[in-house]
Amino acid sequence: MDQVKLIIDNKEVAVPNGTTILKAAQQMGINIPTLCHFELKGMGVHNKPGGCRICVVEVEGRRNLAPACVTEVTEGMVVRTNSIRAINARRTVLELLLSDHPADCLKCSKSGNCELQNLAIRFGIREIPFEGEQSTYQLEVSPSIIRDMNKCIMCRRCETICNDFQTVGALSAIERGFPAVVSTAFNQTLAQSPCTFCGQCVAVCPVGALTEVDHTAKVIRSIADEKKTVVVQVAPAVRVALGEEFGMTPGSIVTGQLTAALKALGFDYVFDTDWSADLTIMEEGTELLGRLTKYLNGDKDVKLPILTSCCPAWVNFFEYQFPALKDIPSTAKSPQQMFGAIAKTYFADKIGVKREDMIVVSVMPCLAKKYECGRDEFAVNGNPDVDYSITTRELAHLIKQANIDFASLEEASFDSPLGESTGAGVIFGTTGGVIEAACRTAYEVFTGKTLDKVDFEELRGLEGIRAATIDMNGTKINIGIAHGLSNARKLLEQVERGESQFHAIEVMACPGGCIDGGGQPLHHGNSDIIKARWEAIYKTDRSMPIRKSHENPSIQTLYKEFLGNPCGHKSHELLHTHYFDKKPVIEIDLDKK
Amino acid sequence: MPVRIKIRQENREKIEAICRSFNNNPGELINVLHQTQNFLGYLPAEAQEVIAQNLHIPTAKVYGVVSFYSFFSMIPKGKYPVSVCMGTACYVRGAEKVLDEFKTQLGIGVGETGPDGEFSLASLRCVGACGLAPVALIGEKVHGRLAADDVKVIIEETRKLG
Repeated sequence: MDQVKLIIDNKEVAVPNGTTILKAAQQMGINIPTLCHFELKGMGVHNKPGGCRICVVEVEGRRNLAPACVTEVTEGMVVRTNSIRAINARRTVLELLLSDHPADCLKCSKSGNCELQNLAIRFGIREIPFEGEQSTYQLEVSPSIIRDMNKCIMCRRCETICNDFQTVGALSAIERGFPAVVSTAFNQTLAQSPCTFCGQCVAVCPVGALTEVDHTAKVIRSIADEKKTVVVQVAPAVRVALGEEFGMTPGSIVTGQLTAALKALGFDYVFDTDWSADLTIMEEGTELLGRLTKYLNGDKDVKLPILTSCCPAWVNFFEYQFPALKDIPSTAKSPQQMFGAIAKTYFADKIGVKREDMIVVSVMPCLAKKYECGRDEFAVNGNPDVDYSITTRELAHLIKQANIDFASLEEASFDSPLGESTGAGVIFGTTGGVIEAACRTAYEVFTGKTLDKVDFEELRGLEGIRAATIDMNGTKINIGIAHGLSNARKLLEQVERGESQFHAIEVMACPGGCIDGGGQPLHHGNSDIIKARWEAIYKTDRSMPIRKSHENPSIQTLYKEFLGNPCGHKSHELLHTHYFDKKPVIEIDLDKK
Repeated sequence: MPVRIKIRQENREKIEAICRSFNNNPGELINVLHQTQNFLGYLPAEAQEVIAQNLHIPTAKVYGVVSFYSFFSMIPKGKYPVSVCMGTACYVRGAEKVLDEFKTQLGIGVGETGPDGEFSLASLRCVGACGLAPVALIGEKVHGRLAADDVKVIIEETRKLG
């Protein structure tokens, strides 16, 4: 590639042709401020509208200032990133943005983690000289996401991730000029829109316009209620990310401190979603083998490929976008819901607590889990299997409020029996993990042989779409993996056209899977953080004494004492679900004249 | 529960035909919207939903385009659509006062339709009748050399047409 030589802030630099001024400056350690620009390297997420103009720089011989994020370097270019003209222009841009932004930082849930606030600090803003019209949009509270468009700065990151990376298309810029804002079609609610509640819009929003629905107060009240037995479950991806909220290096594994903190917070039982992930493998793996065996025996009607169903945003996606395929995914509930269903039956009976006196809380890296636990089919007489789902970020707030010094906590372990888990359970936290866990069990059940090596390296990675063939003693199983719903869409379109070569497909909605879920600590576009969490997941797996779900002793006991066989009658009642057609229906109106 | 959208069969068929005439190409969205608005007189939500499904694009994107361009309207025009010319010649001869008087007399703003569906109000740029400035159109009929005082009278005359 051709090298281009240019001068930035009096220093010469050579960069490949096509590099932007922003990237060239970054290489030299010059940190030009940005706001709308957002890139998640290696994940195919790139928002570069060049719209906010916070990154303007002076280019010699050019009449107007150039936005560094979208202006490519040219040979001999002379750039000043810190001329008085550039600094003043940036300041004016920021002041104008702030003039239509509610200055309620003290009570904004993004305070301390807001890119607009950081710029105001960096630029030393002490007053906003512009007075003018203020946006007055109504707050929307959906089951997972709060939209406060008065705080929107029109960076359009949410629109980009919702349309390009997820191909969900819930959000678009609407109107023009001052009333321009990101919204749904006809300003319908998110619940009426194609929104999957994946929460990636929240994960990339630089300000407090898109945030999660906060359930921490309800959790605190439940713990304080002496009549209630409060049970908590923690998802795999939480333990490799929570440390970041307490200043630890990304990828720190904090399982011990996490369980200690939950006990210190006063939860009666601290359990593990990894446990119900193992349970999911028993059910989903059995379902997979059942369909495969039928297929191998020549049954032409069997529905293949089987699709995983752990990711609630993915479930929402196919219910809305591909309702005709709703019989293909596994009917197994997600680990969160399996946990709730067992906690409020088997476990409640075991400890002699009535269903209505038990509160099940989940700590999830996810916003769609909030929606999922509120689904009508996951409740018994209005009493939900999982009462509240809080995010990794909400848990960090809870711990900070409770004066717990997280880093110095003495490590504790999960309670028994719903806290015993395997390495197979923990890899659910990343893309490829669910299907690898399923392969570990399916292989041994199908072949009757013990795996020499439990690591299926061919299923791992962070590429958006991956394919691998697993040899089960001569029977070749083709596996597809997608993360990001745009990638899932490609695989689903193959299925729709009858061209799919896969027997099983795993889908996770978020980049990298749950490790970068919408409820995780904010990475502000640093994909190294996601990589570090990804490595930590596999490190945790390697450290586990048992690494196959079917060898989990407490799962074996559960089947012996309570469920009977995987995919048996009781399992179907408690651990399986069905899906709905949510695509808008266009009906012919006979009355309308 | 899925959102249910109601539309008359002939409208649905016509919109689908318009989409097909552009090969259901999402790049032709604006042309599809133009022709649909020509047919229906406006672009109700159900029409946008049909267009989105046929062009395989999100409804939010269709709505984004409809709400961006002032030419597109989601409100049906009145039986007598009033358009006040705000072109240069009309403007300097007092078109703004005429427009304001229409707003007052009809009780609606620009881009709106009255609750009885009789009148709607729009402003436009130059109808090529500058010699008659200021000009207002009511339906196809041109009213020239208007003053604010004339507005009440021509509204009443129009109403009498039934």
